[in-house]
Amino acid sequence: MIATLFDALFKGPGLLFFAFAFGALATATLVVISKNPVRAALFLVLNLFCVAVLYLLLSAFFLAAVQVIVYAGAIMVLFLFVIMLLNLGTPEKARERLKFQVPAAVGAALMLALIVAWAIATSTPVSVGPVALPADTPASGDAMGTPEGIGRTLYNPSLPWLLPFEVTSILLLVATVGAVVLAKRSNAEEVKP
Amino acid sequence: MIPLSWYLILGAMLFFIGVVGVLTKRNPIVIFMCIEMMLNAVNLTLVALGRYLGHAGGQMIALFAMAVAAAEVAVGLGILIRIFRSRENINVDEINVLQG
Repeated sequence: MIATLFDALFKGPGLLFFAFAFGALATATLVVISKNPVRAALFLVLNLFCVAVLYLLLSAFFLAAVQVIVYAGAIMVLFLFVIMLLNLGTPEKARERLKFQVPAAVGAALMLALIVAWAIATSTPVSVGPVALPADTPASGDAMGTPEGIGRTLYNPSLPWLLPFEVTSILLLVATVGAVVLAKRSNAEEVKP
Repeated sequence: MIPLSWYLILGAMLFFIGVVGVLTKRNPIVIFMCIEMMLNAVNLTLVALGRYLGHAGGQMIALFAMAVAAAEVAVGLGILIRIFRSRENINVDEINVLQG
């Protein structure tokens, strides 16, 4: 019993899981406690890398690559760009308007954790049998997470992912237009002192 | 193989750290980052469940969640730039009217 637990913890995937789970938790904590927004952003990049490794352990290879490219690459560059554009790199002032805000927040989060733990503890386990899927899906397991598996699932007309994919393209277009309109300096604004 | 519950516990812990960040930080950009962290925790949970149930839906929904997160960040940072231009200040305690 203890030997198998030891094997699970400190050999192979278990060791990797623990190392990167600890890394993800530590960097997440550092994001929350660091006063400097630039440092918080860089710790968040590390956090995203750790979670990408956990995706690899779950054999979600494509998702791990997308995580590094889109999240750690594009989104975090956008964050850093805005922080430096607005000159927000200076640490937050210690002035807190609300007393007891931090203890209250930690208490609220702990209460949420307790509720979730209670929900998990009292829920009845679902049967982890083969899930009914239409035919022609890629084999579950390692093949599902490769770019080929993702593509075969995503673009398969008999599976429900094709319409959301197309809607996502409209969403991204709308978001791009919205971001440009919001951040554009209007003529009326320049007249104002 | 690593038990599913470990992934679920890790995802829940990351989510709660994000909740604490959202509730305590004053800088809206850091609040955004904590929201990204929470989305990421949920993505991890989805991928783990999809892997252990042998269902492709987990990875698909995580992929769509990433696209939605990217759109959310673009629009949210655009709003922040707009607020900063009109207020020179983006402390969340002082942004309490909707009218620009």
